[in-house]
Amino acid sequence: MSASAVIFYLLSAFILVTGVLAVTTRKIFRSAIWLLFSLAGIAGLYFWMGLEFIAAVQIVVYVGGIVVLIIFSIFLTQQTGKELTAPRRRRVLFSALAVALGFVLTCLILTREPFPGIAGRSMDAGIATIGSSLLSLSGYALPFEVVSILLLAAMIGCIVVALKTNKS
Amino acid sequence: MNEVPLSHILILSTALFFIGMYGLFTRRNLITMLMSIELLLNSVNINFVAFNKYLYPGRLDGVFFVLFIITIAAAEAAVAIAIIINLYRNLHSIDVEEADDMKF
Repeated sequence: MSASAVIFYLLSAFILVTGVLAVTTRKIFRSAIWLLFSLAGIAGLYFWMGLEFIAAVQIVVYVGGIVVLIIFSIFLTQQTGKELTAPRRRRVLFSALAVALGFVLTCLILTREPFPGIAGRSMDAGIATIGSSLLSLSGYALPFEVVSILLLAAMIGCIVVALKTNKS
Repeated sequence: MNEVPLSHILILSTALFFIGMYGLFTRRNLITMLMSIELLLNSVNINFVAFNKYLYPGRLDGVFFVLFIITIAAAEAAVAIAIIINLYRNLHSIDVEEADDMKF
């Protein structure tokens, strides 16, 4: 096993362990911090695949944006020291069963599928290629504009939804 | 990186997806459910990147899908947190079991 494979398995173990902790820990603030570690591990996975731009976007948007937003909303809405109520045992049992069955079924299908051999060509995912493809008319110019309109709409929508209304 | 087969990366993303599903099933707090949704979206992103990298290395479509998914996930998280804050203002709780005002 080469160093690159070892790094992959270490990264995946890190992502899965912190992901499990994020969905099972009873303290909501710790849950957010474990989620942060899991997302940072996924950014590391993108680095491992050689996609520096996606990894940077992952760190900037998820680790720097969404998790911070989640932590702010935890501070606004929760007593952070308090533990969350434990889910009912029946619900834990049946969700674990459903999840395990789904995982096993998907893995069975995955391991039977003969994926074609790994292409030797390396991927050109440099920032210049991504940028010119995002702005070329034959590439992704239209979805780029549409998604920017969506972000604007989401921003205005957030302000409208979270606005304090005077009930007088 | 060539000796890690594609199926191992897919198994990783499947495991992450079902961890997120488990959180979505068991948690009853809106913020933790939102965290589970982020895990689900991230597992899908890993799938897109892995397929792009292993099966179509000459193209970049998977990378663009990932970029747009990240953008939409950011918009979704922002709107969800605005809704959560508004809900907290009205009900003083963000437990999904207590948000049943629209049931009749």
